[in-house]
Amino acid sequence: MIEVIHIKKSFGPKVVLDDVSNVMECGKMNLVIGASGSGKTVFLKCMVGLMDVEQGEILYEGKNFTAMNEKERKELRMQIGMLFQGSALFDSLNVERNVMFPLDMFTNHTSAEKLKRVNEVLDRVNLTDSNKKYPSEISGGMEKRVALARAIVLNPKFLFCDEPNSGLDPKTSLVIDKLIKEITTDFNITTIINTHDMNTVMEYGDNIMFLHQGKKNWQGNKNDIFYSNDENLNDFIFASDFLKDTKKMKIMMDKKQSN
Amino acid sequence: MFKVLEHFGKYLYMLKGMFTKPENLKVYWKEFVNQCYDIGIGSLGIVVIISLFLGAVTTVQTAYQLVSPLVQKYVIAQIIRDSTFLELSPTVVCIVLAGVVGSKIASELGNMRVSEQIDALEIMGINTKTYLILPKIVAAFIMIPCLITISMFLGVWGGYMAGTLSGIITPQQFTQGLTKDFLIFNLIFGLIKSFTFAFIISSVSAYFGYNVKGGALEIGKASTLSVVVSCILILCADYGLAALLL
Ligand SMILES: Nc1ncnc2c1ncn2[C@@H]1O[C@H](COP(=O)(O)OP(=O)(O)O)[C@@H](O)[C@H]1O
Ligand SMILES: [Mg+2]
Repeated sequence: MIEVIHIKKSFGPKVVLDDVSNVMECGKMNLVIGASGSGKTVFLKCMVGLMDVEQGEILYEGKNFTAMNEKERKELRMQIGMLFQGSALFDSLNVERNVMFPLDMFTNHTSAEKLKRVNEVLDRVNLTDSNKKYPSEISGGMEKRVALARAIVLNPKFLFCDEPNSGLDPKTSLVIDKLIKEITTDFNITTIINTHDMNTVMEYGDNIMFLHQGKKNWQGNKNDIFYSNDENLNDFIFASDFLKDTKKMKIMMDKKQSN
Repeated sequence: MFKVLEHFGKYLYMLKGMFTKPENLKVYWKEFVNQCYDIGIGSLGIVVIISLFLGAVTTVQTAYQLVSPLVQKYVIAQIIRDSTFLELSPTVVCIVLAGVVGSKIASELGNMRVSEQIDALEIMGINTKTYLILPKIVAAFIMIPCLITISMFLGVWGGYMAGTLSGIITPQQFTQGLTKDFLIFNLIFGLIKSFTFAFIISSVSAYFGYNVKGGALEIGKASTLSVVVSCILILCADYGLAALLL
């Protein structure tokens, strides 16, 4: 579980995160949604300490991350996996080496043990025949899966994903979402996902936080979202006529069912 | 001016941040060996070509300028020896290396920064200054003086070939000049220079690369800037060392 308590972050005069609080539970898909530039990436980077917050606290299972020293942070980071928007694979290493990197750095396993673990996680993300390929030789969807494999290779307790579906076709997006969902429930991980993919929101939104211009405008789950009166949220989620109609239909059907 | 001081402060801070305990010595060692290979073998070709030509051209031009019958031929070899050891090999070759090695370091780190690979390493709990910058600086500190040593001998050899093949000087005269009044200090001075320049090239380009903000365009800018700044610093240090030690 992670608790974010009144955090604030600004760049110069520009306030990017303004008094944001949230509680993110284990085994759940915690989504952060919002338009481009609303502060999702900054929120994630503040949570993991790639950026420092100006005010507020971040508690990992009750432990105050903001007050930790470098050594304590390092220890906590061993339990964090992160999937970056652009995958962030190491260009000079092949798929296998990329996934093995955290094992090389932090464990004393033998090569055979490490290779076994690498193949396990690559199998987990349905990627079995590309071990020797380099990041430049594989597709965007495969890159995301390799990055996911690398993020979970050390069995993290917390998984952060920055727009895991950006730049992917709808079908590959669904595959990635499903993978993240499975990993989250199977290993009871606290997962935080930045997204503006409506499929993810409607399918997996256990706990959704809507950021608008750096403020938390709304919070709820995938069912609540149809009944929200927040104008910005409705503008954002039900942007097209098609989705507006879907929303009306869903509300109608819910009414019928309850009658 | 304020900007320069700010950069200098951040540069020192980066150097200080490099000295932490490595998470895993084996991985760091591998990275170091890779860097040695990249820097050493990667720029050996250009160093060989430049040194041979520097020596050859110096021979021909010195001979052209020394027309007086009072000056003996072996002086040409002396001039080549001293100018190669003191200035041509360390300084000129290092300026070329600032372009070759410096821009490579800056663009490699810049690319890692922009594509969030540095963030990915940080998240894993790795000190990226120690892991990415220290091996590069140490590798440059070892490999560049090696390259310069090779360059010194090739420079003299290039001069020898050019001189003897074109009939400017006989092999006997050349060897006589090489050994006459040879000061071992000149060789050492050249090496001191190369150590200094190696540190400048690697640390300055690492600084600019590591701190890239933005996108692909900024990587190009950072690598150009790192080459320009290293060249200027090399020339300043060159003058400083000469004034101090000669
Ligand atoms: N390092 C930075 N320096 C200055 N401004 C930044 C920085 N990172 C992000 N911003 C600004 O913060 C705002 C939120 O950005 P971001 O979190 O990336 O949005 P998104 O929701 O699309 O991920 C943007 O307006 C952006 O310009
Ligand atoms: Mg973003």
